[in-house]
Amino acid sequence: MQLQHLLGIEPLHPQQIIEILDLADQYANRNRSSSRTSDMLAGCTQINMFFENSTRTQASFEIAGKRLGADVMNMAMQASSIKKGETLIDTALTLNAMHPDLLVVRHPHSGAVDLLAQKVNCAVLNAGDGRHEHPTQALLDALTIRRSKGRLHRLNIAICGDITHSRVARSNLILLGKMENRIRLVGPATLMPAGIGEFGAEVFHNMEEGLKDVDVVMMLRLQRERMDGGFIPSEREYYHRYGLDAAKLSHAKPDAIVMHPGPMNRGVEIDGDIADDLSRSVIQEQVEMGVAVRMAAMDILMRNRRQNRQEAQA
Amino acid sequence: MTSLRITNVHLIDPEGQTVQLGSLTIKDGRIAADDPAAPELDGQGKYLAPGIVDIGAKVCEPGERHKESFRSAGLAAAAGGVTTLVTRPDTAPAIDSPETLEFASRRAQATCVVRTYQMAALTKGRLGREMTEIGFLLDAGAVAFTDCDAVVTDTKVLSRALTYARQLGALVIGHPQDPGLSKGAAATSGKFATLRAIPAVSAMAERLGLERDLAMVEMTGAKYHADQISTALALPALERAKQQGLDVTAGVSIHHLTLNEFDVADYRSFFKVKPPLRSEEDRLAMVAALASGLIDIISSMHTPQDEESKRLPYEQAASGAVALETLLPAALRLYHAEQLTLPQLFRALSLNPAKRLGLPSGSLADGTPADLILFDPNAPFVLDRFKLQSKSKNTPFDGQRMQGRVLATFVQGEKVYQR
Repeated sequence: MQLQHLLGIEPLHPQQIIEILDLADQYANRNRSSSRTSDMLAGCTQINMFFENSTRTQASFEIAGKRLGADVMNMAMQASSIKKGETLIDTALTLNAMHPDLLVVRHPHSGAVDLLAQKVNCAVLNAGDGRHEHPTQALLDALTIRRSKGRLHRLNIAICGDITHSRVARSNLILLGKMENRIRLVGPATLMPAGIGEFGAEVFHNMEEGLKDVDVVMMLRLQRERMDGGFIPSEREYYHRYGLDAAKLSHAKPDAIVMHPGPMNRGVEIDGDIADDLSRSVIQEQVEMGVAVRMAAMDILMRNRRQNRQEAQA
Repeated sequence: MTSLRITNVHLIDPEGQTVQLGSLTIKDGRIAADDPAAPELDGQGKYLAPGIVDIGAKVCEPGERHKESFRSAGLAAAAGGVTTLVTRPDTAPAIDSPETLEFASRRAQATCVVRTYQMAALTKGRLGREMTEIGFLLDAGAVAFTDCDAVVTDTKVLSRALTYARQLGALVIGHPQDPGLSKGAAATSGKFATLRAIPAVSAMAERLGLERDLAMVEMTGAKYHADQISTALALPALERAKQQGLDVTAGVSIHHLTLNEFDVADYRSFFKVKPPLRSEEDRLAMVAALASGLIDIISSMHTPQDEESKRLPYEQAASGAVALETLLPAALRLYHAEQLTLPQLFRALSLNPAKRLGLPSGSLADGTPADLILFDPNAPFVLDRFKLQSKSKNTPFDGQRMQGRVLATFVQGEKVYQR
């Protein structure tokens, strides 16, 4: 089955995940060399539509597109037509009429990117929809783990923090599950979604127990608006119980790596010293792998698109 | 003096719970003693049942006539076998004064081919602050009082409204749903909602809402109907209230009887209803409760929405589905699955709602108004939403195979629809 869009991890086969990671691995090596640009996407129009603020992810997609030679356009959707009352579908149809090849979309509502993909002719890449999925984040996390651990299976991985509201957690849970790892979800019960136990992960409410003997500690960002007593009593209580510090990390394996999708709240979910400890933290490498994974995903989508078009013409 | 004798039909009698091959005579708009001299209509072995009395259909007059008018709703109802529409007051503006109620009745009289009765809001503007003029509204023809899905959160306001309604013998219809827990929810919490990452509400919110309402009913002695029960968790409370002898009945929407949460699949917003679709276990519990009579009434909960309000990301899309024309074929799925008999279905579709509102229709007894439907429960078809009579086409059954078609609909002995 050929990928037309990358809407989530859920529809991917393990083999497709491995293909993307293998290609991304090559791009990662190339990005470190002096010949890091190519013309794989020359002549392709890529539009980044971000209905939700994002600096880092948008920059990552923009650099990825430009390294491959695409014509990249950024649209700050918050400032534009949706403020004038245009619906998502009308916006999609308007853009579609301009014949882009690739839409990179982030939207605050779950399922919005799926809806948009049904209405356009070009490839759609989900850059995060609501609490649903963030496939390139899960892929870049997987690549980071694979490069640092040498494998992407039979690892003990703890995903810690706000699971309910995190698309990163959901995509990672699905991806790492597909690759046959043992996954633990660690966080307060108010930030655990209902029925999560049925997804094949173990649920812990205590960091020390949850981190015991894990190979990978994946921290999640806690949104400011969740800290006001609605989901947790206070920032300081959260840091005390769930913030990653040296004492809690000591329960993990000695060579366990620490990950965070960024941007970090130092002193809320992660201690600054741990985030900066290059022997444990792979947070900077995650950012680096982000560009490589996005290049690989776009490369595959555009290759499939060219092939489909040639077949249609033949 | 018009009369008609429908012969060679299976008569579905929800009172006697029987189906018998026979004939039925209509005289002067009423069901009459068998008269072999009357002009005959050969029923060709099809089925004749009392017309459906649908409590809680929304006609978007006043306010949103582009979504549904009394004319289009009437045509849809007639085509679907609904002979009595009992309309909701959650219009814009709400039907909360005798003047707006009279406007709606006048529109209905002028344009609607089936019978209509209006329900009125329980509180002004459905805001839950002050009760409406329940007495005047009763005089103007309101048959029940409800704020629909706007739950009255202030129990002081609710207790006074229930007490005032009780003194006038008015029926109050509640929407059992705890407003705090259900805030912002678009799905039922559980594995599916978590997988799709849709904000969800625990099924417990329904039980909380129902328990509260029933306690208020016990306190005030009011006549109460729960518009939609949809979860197994709520059933024990309902059963207890009935055993206790409270004047309580309950309904269920056709969608909660025939669909479950997984039908939402890839964020299909036509499946977004209020309360949200539940688990398959809940659906089966609703079917069983209907068979046992614990749940009394099936409603269409017909809620027209235009394309613009539905073609949005799932969380933002409007709730509700049109259902007047699909009510009967969807209900017949339960008959074909051998979960309910035809008399059981029509007890919940026609007899019980008529009895609850004190209307004379809903049965095949002599002297009853001749509101009847002739239908073929086996006729197969594939639903095409663009062929629906409703102005809005937001049905979850689009493209689905269904069985059961209305052949003719009679209101007061007059044929208002023929296939």
